[in-house]
Amino acid sequence: MEILKLVVLGLITLIAAYAADQGLDIAFRVHGFIVLLVAAGLFIHGLRHFGEPKPSVVATDYNDAPVRAGVIATAFWGIAGLAVGVLIAFQLAFPALNFDWAQPFANFGRLRPLHTSAVIFAFGGNALIASSIYIVQRTSRTRLFGGNLVWFVFWGYQLFIVLAATGYVLGATQSKEYAEPEWYVDIWLTLVWVTYLVVFLGTIIKRKERHIYVANWFFLAFIVTVAMLHVVNNLAVPVSIWGSKSVQLFSGVQDAMTQWWYGHNAVGFFLTAGFLGMMYYYVPKQANRPVYSYKLSIVHFWALIFLYIWAGPHHLHYTALPDWASTLGMVFSIILWMPSWAGMMNGLMTLNGAWDKIRTDPIIRFLVASLAFYGMSTFEGPMMSIRAVNSLSHYTDWTVGHVHSGALGWNGMIIFAMIYFLTPRLWNRGAMYSTAAMNWHFWLAMIGIVLYAASMWVSGIMEGLMWREVDDQGFLVNSFADTVSAKFPMYVVRGLGGVLYLGGASIMVWNMWMTIRGHAPVTQPVSQMTVPAE
Amino acid sequence: MDTYSILREFADSWFLIAMFAFFLGALIFAFWPSQKSARDDAASIPLRDETAACDNKCADCVCKTVFDLERRNG
Repeated sequence: MEILKLVVLGLITLIAAYAADQGLDIAFRVHGFIVLLVAAGLFIHGLRHFGEPKPSVVATDYNDAPVRAGVIATAFWGIAGLAVGVLIAFQLAFPALNFDWAQPFANFGRLRPLHTSAVIFAFGGNALIASSIYIVQRTSRTRLFGGNLVWFVFWGYQLFIVLAATGYVLGATQSKEYAEPEWYVDIWLTLVWVTYLVVFLGTIIKRKERHIYVANWFFLAFIVTVAMLHVVNNLAVPVSIWGSKSVQLFSGVQDAMTQWWYGHNAVGFFLTAGFLGMMYYYVPKQANRPVYSYKLSIVHFWALIFLYIWAGPHHLHYTALPDWASTLGMVFSIILWMPSWAGMMNGLMTLNGAWDKIRTDPIIRFLVASLAFYGMSTFEGPMMSIRAVNSLSHYTDWTVGHVHSGALGWNGMIIFAMIYFLTPRLWNRGAMYSTAAMNWHFWLAMIGIVLYAASMWVSGIMEGLMWREVDDQGFLVNSFADTVSAKFPMYVVRGLGGVLYLGGASIMVWNMWMTIRGHAPVTQPVSQMTVPAE
Repeated sequence: MDTYSILREFADSWFLIAMFAFFLGALIFAFWPSQKSARDDAASIPLRDETAACDNKCADCVCKTVFDLERRNG
């Protein structure tokens, strides 16, 4: 077995060396070099430790080492993704920041997918993997299935992120939003993802609990659906196996529809179902109360699963897509409002009788803010999917504002709550190092989101109205460049909002560092903060 | 008929009914009165995971703790 592993690693090293030397484009050659380094490193490591007896694993405890790695990776990629976001926000306000010396690598067009993928798949994805591994073990009351397979999932996923990110900067993209990585990166992710499914499902199958807790249903739906979406949307034929360029199997409106079936369900199953799994664990856990209604959580789950998959066509109103399809997408988007709010109420009402914790417990405050933003963006989304509203909002900054109130508010805040929840537990500390820093983080993030969302609403609606304004002769009043210059103040405010959000996240990283280093906490432990309100 | 029309007709009729029936089944399952204790039991899973309420000492025992009425919700 060990010999086989070495042979495979050696072969990969050779092939990667050939790819690094003979690749048809710069991205492929750099990727060949990265894979060469990784495979050669693993090969040498395997050779040096060949035949050493494996340390016996105590099989009775939870496997938390990958969760620790995942929490650190989440924070690292979070800072990276947010920092690129701030940079590109200011690039839009001040185009001179597309530095001449850095072209073409650091222009807006290449950094934008770097930002979206870094925050969604690196920041969000690591949070999901870490959380799901932590939660499935606890709620199944068993050790993670598959031994070291989980390390392949973790490091394989990091390699996917590095390949995707370097690919964007070097110009390898298949031009599908949120699915930009080229064919070989997609194949690698499929391999990693199926392993993740095996690890997760294996743990559920060998569970000691009678029931599968609702959080695990959501995680399972997230893993299975993302696998399906990823495979179908990335059906492509490479031009050459020694180059990064590939050609999509679908074309025209079919390609667009497949892309937004994927794109909207990346929102629905990656950023919603998976994060609802986190919500259904962390909220009851931190409030120390069972979820408000377990029945409602079952209804929530099945309604979400059945509805979300149809909502994609609302991204393609007024295009070549047939009317019936876009109407279908619109109707399902509006129906989705109900299960979304059912989930939000279920989370918020879990605090029934413990509302004072919003005042005293910063983690609860992050969770409640997250649920509030979930509610807001799942109301705004269905509204924007209505064709008449979409005719005003589409292609404007309103969409950008909507996405960010969901991503910064719902996803970001619940990830911060997860980090504050897990860090003291995983490193066996009483609490986070500083509660004051958690409060600073909370308010910086909140003000950042408000600046971001408000400026984009103003900018988007203004832009939409300017585009459709006609004079009494029926001529358009504004040129495109007029809207660009009118948006300048809003772009600066948006950038400042991003700076505040990044600042809050940086405070969190400092707080994590101090907690993990083991300095004595300066405030009372979070778990004891149950003093009721007067 | 071409493949598209066959699939379209099937999707609009039988498969739609099947999915809707499955969904209704899930709702009925969720609210079935005799399943109430099972729901309460499932809801309490995260809250007993760090206590020694169920440590699975025996080979094939299954965790099932009495639901803490004090912490009931909803």
